[in-house]
Amino acid sequence: MSIQEALKKRILVIDGAMGTMIQRHKLTEQDYRGTRFANWPSDLKGNNDLLCITQPAIVTGIHLQYLEAGADIIETNTFSSTSIAMADYDMQTLAYELNVAAAKCVREAIAQYKSKHPNANEKYIAGSIGPLNKTLSLSPDVNNPGFRAVTFDEVVIAYTEQIIGLVDGGVDVILIETIFDTLNAKAAIFAVKEFFRKAGKPELPIMISGTITDASGRTLSGQTLEAFYTSIEHAKPLSVGLNCALGAQEMRSHIEELSQIASCYTSAYPNAGLPNAMGEYDEAPHQTAHFIEEWAKNKFVNIVGGCCGTTPDHIKHMADNVKNITPRILPILDPTI
Amino acid sequence: MSEDIIHIKPFLRLAGLEPLVIRPETNFVNVGERTNVTGSKKFARLIRENQYEEALSVARQQVESGAQIIDVNMDDALLEGVKAMTTFLNLVQSEPDIARIPIMIDSSKFEIIEAGLKCVQGKCIVNSISMKEGEAKFIEQAHICKAYGAAVIVMAFDEVGQADTKERKVEICTRAYKILVDQVGFDPQDIIFDPNIFAVATGIEEHNNYAVDFIEATKVIKERMPLAKVSGGVSNVSFSFRGNDTVREAIHAVFLYHAVKAGMDMGIVNAGQLEVYDEIEPTLRNLCENVLLNKNNDNNEATEALIQYADTVKAKGKVEVKSAAWREGNVEERLAHSLINGITDFIDADTEEARLKYSEPLEVIEGPLMAGMNQVGDLFGSGKMFLPQVVKSARVMKKSVAVLTPFIEAEKERKKLASINPNGASKGPAKILLATVKGDVHDIGKNIVGVVLGCNGYEIIDLGVMVSADKILAEAQKQEVDIIGLSGLITPSLDEMVHIAKEMKRRGMTIPLILGGATTSRMHTAVKIAPEYDNGVVHVLDASRSVTVAGSLLNKDQKNPFLKELETAYVQLKSDFDNKKTVRQSVSYLDALKNKAVIDWSNFSVTNPTFTGNKAIELTDLSVLVDYIDWKPFFIAWELHGNFPAILTDEKVGEVASKLYEDANKLLTQLIKEKWLTAKGAVGFWPAASKDDDVLVTNGKEKVSLHFLRQQAKKTAGQPNYSLADFICPAEENKKDYIGAFAVTIHGIEKHIKQFEENLDDYNKIILQALADRLAEAFAEYLHAKTRKEYWGYAAGEQLTNDSLISEQYVGIRPAPGYPACPDHTEKYTLFNLLEAEKNTGISLTESLAMYPASSVCGWYFANPESQYFGLGKITQDQVIDYAQRKNKPLEYITRWLQPVID
Repeated sequence: MSIQEALKKRILVIDGAMGTMIQRHKLTEQDYRGTRFANWPSDLKGNNDLLCITQPAIVTGIHLQYLEAGADIIETNTFSSTSIAMADYDMQTLAYELNVAAAKCVREAIAQYKSKHPNANEKYIAGSIGPLNKTLSLSPDVNNPGFRAVTFDEVVIAYTEQIIGLVDGGVDVILIETIFDTLNAKAAIFAVKEFFRKAGKPELPIMISGTITDASGRTLSGQTLEAFYTSIEHAKPLSVGLNCALGAQEMRSHIEELSQIASCYTSAYPNAGLPNAMGEYDEAPHQTAHFIEEWAKNKFVNIVGGCCGTTPDHIKHMADNVKNITPRILPILDPTI
Repeated sequence: MSEDIIHIKPFLRLAGLEPLVIRPETNFVNVGERTNVTGSKKFARLIRENQYEEALSVARQQVESGAQIIDVNMDDALLEGVKAMTTFLNLVQSEPDIARIPIMIDSSKFEIIEAGLKCVQGKCIVNSISMKEGEAKFIEQAHICKAYGAAVIVMAFDEVGQADTKERKVEICTRAYKILVDQVGFDPQDIIFDPNIFAVATGIEEHNNYAVDFIEATKVIKERMPLAKVSGGVSNVSFSFRGNDTVREAIHAVFLYHAVKAGMDMGIVNAGQLEVYDEIEPTLRNLCENVLLNKNNDNNEATEALIQYADTVKAKGKVEVKSAAWREGNVEERLAHSLINGITDFIDADTEEARLKYSEPLEVIEGPLMAGMNQVGDLFGSGKMFLPQVVKSARVMKKSVAVLTPFIEAEKERKKLASINPNGASKGPAKILLATVKGDVHDIGKNIVGVVLGCNGYEIIDLGVMVSADKILAEAQKQEVDIIGLSGLITPSLDEMVHIAKEMKRRGMTIPLILGGATTSRMHTAVKIAPEYDNGVVHVLDASRSVTVAGSLLNKDQKNPFLKELETAYVQLKSDFDNKKTVRQSVSYLDALKNKAVIDWSNFSVTNPTFTGNKAIELTDLSVLVDYIDWKPFFIAWELHGNFPAILTDEKVGEVASKLYEDANKLLTQLIKEKWLTAKGAVGFWPAASKDDDVLVTNGKEKVSLHFLRQQAKKTAGQPNYSLADFICPAEENKKDYIGAFAVTIHGIEKHIKQFEENLDDYNKIILQALADRLAEAFAEYLHAKTRKEYWGYAAGEQLTNDSLISEQYVGIRPAPGYPACPDHTEKYTLFNLLEAEKNTGISLTESLAMYPASSVCGWYFANPESQYFGLGKITQDQVIDYAQRKNKPLEYITRWLQPVID
């Protein structure tokens, strides 16, 4: 069943945090390096995306836990797998390979899952495209507001390479997520559209997920939610939604607004509450799931899941709670004013 | 639950930082035309001369005049269009007041359009594409616009040429529409037609029907393609009347009146100069109508009539610039005027002029800018200017320096490269390093001192808050600063300052140390800090004195006499202090305990709180706090001393205070409306009983002891030696009593502080910080009122005005750990545990037990009608030992924390 058909029938569940789960393995610098990068000149600990190459069993294992918890959509571990973000580790040339390897980890997890649960629902691979560590709308130099650390064209090139890796790796949808600068997201959309148009291939569906950074209800680059949605609507996305930065409680009013204005499906995968004084997330699985359930009942969402701090336990609670709730129906597009 | 399905209408939706939805009721959309180098000579000149800051003000002006979109055009033969478009739009993105609205990217070169699309996060309009060079190119360009998510203006232009008649306009637009919708997949509502507005009344008869052609074509286009929009460049129509703004504006108004009725949705206009149709002088309106609608116009009669009329109208030329005699002065005078009056409008241009006039950019700073700031300093010193004005002057100074900095850097670079004479360059201004010490988070006062010193020509290196001694001293040595300035608000900061003084000595430093902040005093400096460092320790009472102190310390001739004099004064103070110490009369702790406050407990019965344990309270709408604000400390933060509201009409500072009050209220209204800040708080109540100076609290199953201290000064007969424990019913009475606690804070200030910093706007930054403090206090007051009337409810019928609140006319008190009645900061740990304050309010405690965020307040609630505020005064060693035992802490630990109150 295609993801479009599945979305008509039920609320789909997207997986939870990858970083939180990787931390549980308490990996050392050596673990990150594996044998292939044993002599790499820079420190690699913390380069979580690299584990798709050096510790694929761990990454696959985490995906499998989320599948067992009830996730329908599994994100590739490629949040930073672009030549721009990988430059922090001098690994810009590995971008393509990382994306292919990451998609393979998810495919492997799904295969293992299916062999155990032959009658389970279809599972989908979302190729995760992160926001980059450089931003197109903001100057990193306060004294020179016109300066940009990166150009639109450079971003398009980096994203195109990532998209090719994801497509070659076999993802089902492209997920542009944690958007705090809409112009970066527009470069990603541009890259997707132009790649498929020029390659002459049928376009993969695009999921878009922005990030509202504080109570003012705006993105980091200053847009209101409606302005953000208007600025990415041309992607004709499969879904638009919000993730990260806020816990479910703080996200509620924004996701409600989005459910009113978006002509496509809506998604929400909040953090497990707000971080405590130690920077840890401590909202319990049943608490997060309780919020999500209420949104589902109010028809705010079609896709739910978790971001920072969420675990397979959170996803399991969510999946159980939304299982029997009918999803939000797409708005009707009036033909006339 | 209703299952109503949402309907979404196919409106044209655009976005800057905010959305712009063009609905039928939107009426006519103004597109600002002044940021167009082909239409505005001024804008063209600014861009050519790289005066982008000023060019931004042209854009801002249009937004302020009501433009809903701005048209940006950089098509000028002398400009590198791609670069100019990129630079300008990147700058626009960092000005939220402009970037708020959508951008129309206007060029006849597609590469410039594409460059513009790469800079803007919002949904733009491309102006324009057309079939001028054939269908293939049109389709490719449309695809690209679509991939960027832009709406497009399609000019009525095809391979044959530009459409002038109604029929051609309709034909071309219809054809373009089909291609865009069917072949490119464009949303119809994202298509905007420009069916060409041409000049009328040119004297050429074929032109007379141009306006009619446009209006009628619009009508047909809107009927056939109702989702598409129609736009146009309005000022073209009146081109024949160049130089006569009165007539031109009348023509525009009349033209728009008819075109909008026919369905025109938007137009490029001078947003500041739109005449209202009904307001036009009737004769003129009639003449315009005839010309535009081509009525009574055989042999150009209508045209002739309007031309004749035009000659009689003196071009009024609306007054744009405020009468500005001071603009006539020379550049030095103008800079000084801007600095003194805090005007930023001309500062960039004037700075640039000065830069060109002087041989080196640094000379502008050392010459006219310093001269201007010295005037500011003198006026401030003589009480003719006040702090809020000085901070505005500082902003002007910063802007000016920002203009010069790149040139100074380039100059430095050049000299370094040439490496001719390293001694040739002047050393630059003296450097002063400022920091709030480790464990302390308060920085309003430090920021003010930084601004004031900055105004007086010093280079300020501000390390921020919670800075360790190591970092302060390492940075001071690395940057070779001339003075170190330390700030602190809470008492533990005093010890940190002593520590820093010792460290400076150990490191063999020679530069002077200045100290300030609410907790510091001349006495403490003389007794505790000055003896630890030999090369100058100076306590500075307030920001205005910091200038003279820094001046004296940095002047070779003055420094030694100044320090000598100070040393003498400090030695005197210290000996007075030592002498007084022996004179001070104390009683022993045991005697003090016997002289506790007498309360008649036999008739006592407590009101039960409505709940026990703690409760989190959050306010996102801060408007309820406004009435609780105590403004007096706000003005004190600005060194304007006096009572509120009397200060607003004070003979000397009234004007400044009123302006400050007005600006503060403006910001307050905005921050409340836009929900910048969140107030988070926790309150709690617990059963309690006192035992001597401890209060035993029952928190669920757990027993917790609170520890208080008792006055030991020898009192006159009948006056008790107070301890807060006296206000809680003693355990032996076997009666129920309660104690309460609260903690409140204001979250969310950082982002806006950063924004103001980026805009070099210290004035609003300090206002915001001071307001956040006031709001935290107001929230504490609000919660206390709620506690008295509702949560605890022991004064349910209370009716008090804000003034009575501020003068503390209510029953019960809310003393804070670390303040006079209970100076031990470490009791905050217990208070925080009882309230689960970190979890409930997000406040954290630093190692010095300052609360972060800085705008936080906490304290105990005592409800007993006899309870009252008092100052502990000095205590003696016997109480310290007893207290250490009660708290079960090492004596050294207790001694360290109680240092300021130990005799």
